[in-house]
Amino acid sequence: MPFDRLTRAMDEWAAAHPEVAVEIQIGKGEYEPRHARWVRKLPLSEYQARVQTCGLFVAHCGMGSIISAIEAGKPILMLPRLAALGEHNNDHQLATAKHLGHRPGLHIAADAVDLHTRAAALLADSGGTPAPISRFADPAFTARIRAFIES
Amino acid sequence: MGKRVLAIASGGGHFIQLMRLQPAWAGHDVSVATVDPSTAALAGDVPFFTFRDVSRADWWRIPAAALDIARILIAVRPQVIITTGALPGLIAAALGRPFGIRSLWVDSIANSEVMSGSGAQAGRVCAQVVTQWPHLATGKVDHWGSVL
Repeated sequence: MPFDRLTRAMDEWAAAHPEVAVEIQIGKGEYEPRHARWVRKLPLSEYQARVQTCGLFVAHCGMGSIISAIEAGKPILMLPRLAALGEHNNDHQLATAKHLGHRPGLHIAADAVDLHTRAAALLADSGGTPAPISRFADPAFTARIRAFIES
Repeated sequence: MGKRVLAIASGGGHFIQLMRLQPAWAGHDVSVATVDPSTAALAGDVPFFTFRDVSRADWWRIPAAALDIARILIAVRPQVIITTGALPGLIAAALGRPFGIRSLWVDSIANSEVMSGSGAQAGRVCAQVVTQWPHLATGKVDHWGSVL
């Protein structure tokens, strides 16, 4: 689903910070950035490479983004999608923000203005990168799934 | 002798969560199915299939997705389906159930306050439903852990 509010916010941020290279994946959004570099959709390997090499990862509050940031050990700044604005079919991203947002390296913006402030602050001091995690889920969890497969 | 397993999820976070579960089926005869061909490398050296995506927001795409998923089931002939959602995983479980395929629904960790729409229906067609949040466990829905 499109998320023009985030695209526009980061494009405006890029205009105010010409010294920072900003690249935005806009998906099916209508708003096309005028200041930042942009792409509709990156192949997964390129997406992961971008996360791996960025200074700050800005995204919606989705699990793919969160897990990618944690796996890459990068701070992530997130703007949750809101159902009231037609950005998702429900407000589960607010729930994700509430339940996971306290983890080290995960940062939540309340709105576009807050996003701007936090992006600058996090780039200046990325203190609070996620704790490294293993590539796979907790072995106790996958062991129970294995037991289901083998039962 | 390993089991034939189909690990299936739609794109984005659903697929990334599924890939974090890979040790669960290591050594079994697994195939992976999702929507984005560019994610094949993440699945490793296993048979990889793609299907046309569908969600509740574009429910009219259900027939195309169901057709693709049915073809994958015929090709793989799984004994077990593991899915992290969303709607396509529910379709796979529903199509497999009459043929005795046992399905496990792992509700996305994104659903931290209520089960997903598809997850709430999964009990009808899956042998087991699990949530990744302990406070969402009920008599029918277990909590076994989470991908994080």
